[in-house]
Amino acid sequence: MRDTADTAVLRARGLRKEYGTGEGLVRAVDGVDLDVASGETVAVMGPSGCGKSTLLHLLGGLDRPSSGEVWLGDRRIDQIGERALARVRRTDVGFVFQAFHLMDELTAVENVELPALLAGRSRSVARRQAASLLDRVGLADRAGFLPSALSGGQRQRVAIARALSNEPLIVFADEPTGNLDGAATVDVLRLFDSLSEAGQTLVIVTHDARIAATADRLISMRDGAFVDETRLTGGSTGQLGALVGLEG
Amino acid sequence: MQQEVVLAMLAKEPSHGYQLRARLRQALGPLGDAMNAGHIYVTLTRLERAGLVAAEPPTTARDRPDRKTYGLTPVGQQRVAEWLAEVSWPKPDLAEFHLKLIAAAAAGLADPLTIVDTQRRELLRRLRDAQRAAMTEPDGSDAALLLEGIVLRLQADLRWLEACEQSWTGRGSRS
Repeated sequence: MRDTADTAVLRARGLRKEYGTGEGLVRAVDGVDLDVASGETVAVMGPSGCGKSTLLHLLGGLDRPSSGEVWLGDRRIDQIGERALARVRRTDVGFVFQAFHLMDELTAVENVELPALLAGRSRSVARRQAASLLDRVGLADRAGFLPSALSGGQRQRVAIARALSNEPLIVFADEPTGNLDGAATVDVLRLFDSLSEAGQTLVIVTHDARIAATADRLISMRDGAFVDETRLTGGSTGQLGALVGLEG
Repeated sequence: MQQEVVLAMLAKEPSHGYQLRARLRQALGPLGDAMNAGHIYVTLTRLERAGLVAAEPPTTARDRPDRKTYGLTPVGQQRVAEWLAEVSWPKPDLAEFHLKLIAAAAAGLADPLTIVDTQRRELLRRLRDAQRAAMTEPDGSDAALLLEGIVLRLQADLRWLEACEQSWTGRGSRS
């Protein structure tokens, strides 16, 4: 398919997810092959109901496929036991959701350190890591705040810091800007950009063109299948000039 | 570059060509990089010939001729005032694209969804460029505001492409 097989962090082959039977059969994911190289940012775009969230759940071990294979690093995860899969979710992958999913009764830093504690790190190590992650997302001064005292954009940045807690192989984001206004969206875009610069592998499903446009590779999905794939390189600010009435 | 823009940039005070260029670059940020100095001087010469600007005599003997100071003439001032009052908006070529899809489908020449995908790729590339440029601008920069306009416009175009995609998918043009 492509020459990323050696460095692929994530591989899917013939991935399918079906719900219902007979007349009511829905093919939410209908034969997806995917290779995500280390350090790559891949965006999957498509109308709502196209199966992109289901796909993300299959790739991240939140759900199991009806058939097909999912490989994370050199490990096949679609058939492993429930306990092993839970460990994969805790330590090998990070998730960012549209609705943040922070624990309301925990402060920002407590939310961020939680995955490290669950993975068996000591309190002091977990706290130190969490503080440094909050600093990385520009929220060092909000460490002791409850989510309710933070703006939507700040909550999502806390959620991103949490997703990075165990230095995951890959971070999955499901409509990460879906609940954010323009300025907060730009903050999250900047953050994903810096993660990508730092070599973090990212898979984002979204219908927000702004976030899709930050990806290295963009995949369009319709009716459970990939229908178009492109690398978003090329173009120049010269062409942008023409858009606002500035000729070169 | 429209002549009126150069003209309007002189409205504040008579200026050298290089000052004008600096002002434009400040306002346009990375979009002003493609602008060449020669173009501004050519425009100034044209405006001078049309009687809209006048080169003021050098104030000291040390002023070189290429550092002429240009100011608006009364006619030039009038033109700037008219230009500011004009309502203009670049025409997006929506109709052309729309007709392209209809013609392609009617004649069976191409799948409209493929045309939509191609168009989307191009718009997303531009969106990526605009966002990258915007992200490197400091908060509150003039250029960032212009880039935000490009981003919003591209988002609107991309949303329309989604509507095109939905409509043409519904027509069952792809089996």
